[in-house]
Amino acid sequence: MPILSVERVTKAFGGLAAVSNVSLDIMEGELVGLIGPNGAGKTTLFNLLTGIYVPDSGTINLSIDNQRIPLNGLRPHSICQKGLARTFQNIRLFKDLTVLENVLIAMHQNIKYGLLTSFLHLPAYKREEEKLLQDSIELLRIFDLDKKKDELARNLPYGEQRHLEIIRALATNPKLLLLDEPAAGMNPAETANLMDIIGWIREKFNLTILLIEHDMTLVMNICERIYVLDYGMVIASGTPDEVRTNKRVIEAYLGEDINNA
Amino acid sequence: MRKFIALGLVYAIVQILIMTNLISGYFQATLVTIGINIILAVSLNLITGFTGQFSLGHAGFMSVGAYVCAIVTMRMPTIPGFILGVVLGAVAAAILGFLVGLPTLRLRGDYLAIATLGMSEIIRIIFLNLEITNGAAGLIGIPQFINWTWLFIFTVGIVLLLSNFVKSAHGRACISIREDEIAAESMGVDTIRYKVIAFIIGAACAGIAGAIYASYFYYLEPNLFGFLKSVDVLVIVVLGGLGSLSGSMLAAILLALISTYLQSFPEIRMVLYSLILIVIMIFRPQGLMGSREISLSVFSKLGNNKLWDRFKSQKGGH
Repeated sequence: MPILSVERVTKAFGGLAAVSNVSLDIMEGELVGLIGPNGAGKTTLFNLLTGIYVPDSGTINLSIDNQRIPLNGLRPHSICQKGLARTFQNIRLFKDLTVLENVLIAMHQNIKYGLLTSFLHLPAYKREEEKLLQDSIELLRIFDLDKKKDELARNLPYGEQRHLEIIRALATNPKLLLLDEPAAGMNPAETANLMDIIGWIREKFNLTILLIEHDMTLVMNICERIYVLDYGMVIASGTPDEVRTNKRVIEAYLGEDINNA
Repeated sequence: MRKFIALGLVYAIVQILIMTNLISGYFQATLVTIGINIILAVSLNLITGFTGQFSLGHAGFMSVGAYVCAIVTMRMPTIPGFILGVVLGAVAAAILGFLVGLPTLRLRGDYLAIATLGMSEIIRIIFLNLEITNGAAGLIGIPQFINWTWLFIFTVGIVLLLSNFVKSAHGRACISIREDEIAAESMGVDTIRYKVIAFIIGAACAGIAGAIYASYFYYLEPNLFGFLKSVDVLVIVVLGGLGSLSGSMLAAILLALISTYLQSFPEIRMVLYSLILIVIMIFRPQGLMGSREISLSVFSKLGNNKLWDRFKSQKGGH
């Protein structure tokens, strides 16, 4: 049973179908890439999956522990609580809060104390907060950010802001992680490092990952399957080798061969 | 612990000064105004400074607390009656906060400000026309229960509760809404729920402030709670720093003192007052405290020079 199944999802803005009739399945534990030219509808699809947009038609289902959870119509916070977390293409950290606070906020659904405890700082407050702090620092260690836990997020270098976004998504305890261009703006060495870490967190947290990426080295190296979007439609899917040699994909990226036209 | 000793000292010193008649009745009224303004400002700060929801309706919530408390204590002029009045005032204001919050909180920024302003005007008009509030003539002869002890308990109590709240996970959820609503939602924070919670808590505190007002100044009329009252509170919050409770307290005290001092220049009082506001906003656009807090531990750190060392090393580092 696929962990995520998207069936014939369509979303139009005005007259423009940003995503039209897209179906895709992602199996548990897979690492799947989503590629396509600029404006192909990749981020719109992410926004549909995470509830920021509501699809015009079609269904989105998440399956956790053999339970089918329809995501249509759920608000983003409940989708997150069901186990689907994301990062943003245009980094959306809480920039004026510290690195640690960013992670603590993402652990929101793990808090076990109520309003009364937070007003009175009852014993449960200290116990729970200490646990959250430990868990957060543990996560920050993944990218060596624990030393910078008290820095404001806006003061981190660009690459580390991207890292923090991934950590923040992990803090929500996801089953399925959506990464929107995690390597954007990174140099080749940083990208290579990121690839290692993505592989590592996938093992460690038992994750299924769907990622949007323009860096073809990254996509072709670590993704087991790839979906290609163009003009809001899935034009190809398969293993990296299948996609690389697919005629429609080459056309979408390089344009049609004039001689054949 | 040190915090409670310091608070106890403040309470005791003022209490002794009052008992020995060293504080005049006029200054006592100023103290009550300061206490009320602190409560109003910290609670509006929770809504506007921490949760990022621009509200111009605080006078409306305050008036509900004031009228409910006045009506209850005029019928039950006893201490239990007074406590009941304060509690009912807070509850009534909280219910109103909930009712207003639910439909309006999908609005953002200026739109929310206009909606809350409208709400507060509607409440004022209702009080102008109700029999039980005696319309425009207002309520006179409300029993006075508020003294320094009650004022201290309510003000300090509310400030402590709110400062605990903003340091909790629930408080962090509110702050995340201010920082980036979409990111907050995507991280599992139910933004609508937390906006409503912030509104309810803020409204309840404003209701208590209103109850204190009614129970000290004998007299209530609807026009005390007009648009300008909401703006006054907003000025304190912005001046102190959005997202800083100690800033709100500092600004409430400072503005009351400035206002009292300027009594000696009645003709140009408001001109000077406004000038001071403009100057502060030019030199501290982020407010007196920005979003930082003063904590009592700062003083102890100053004592053993840690803070000073840190300051020096930071200066050297940059």
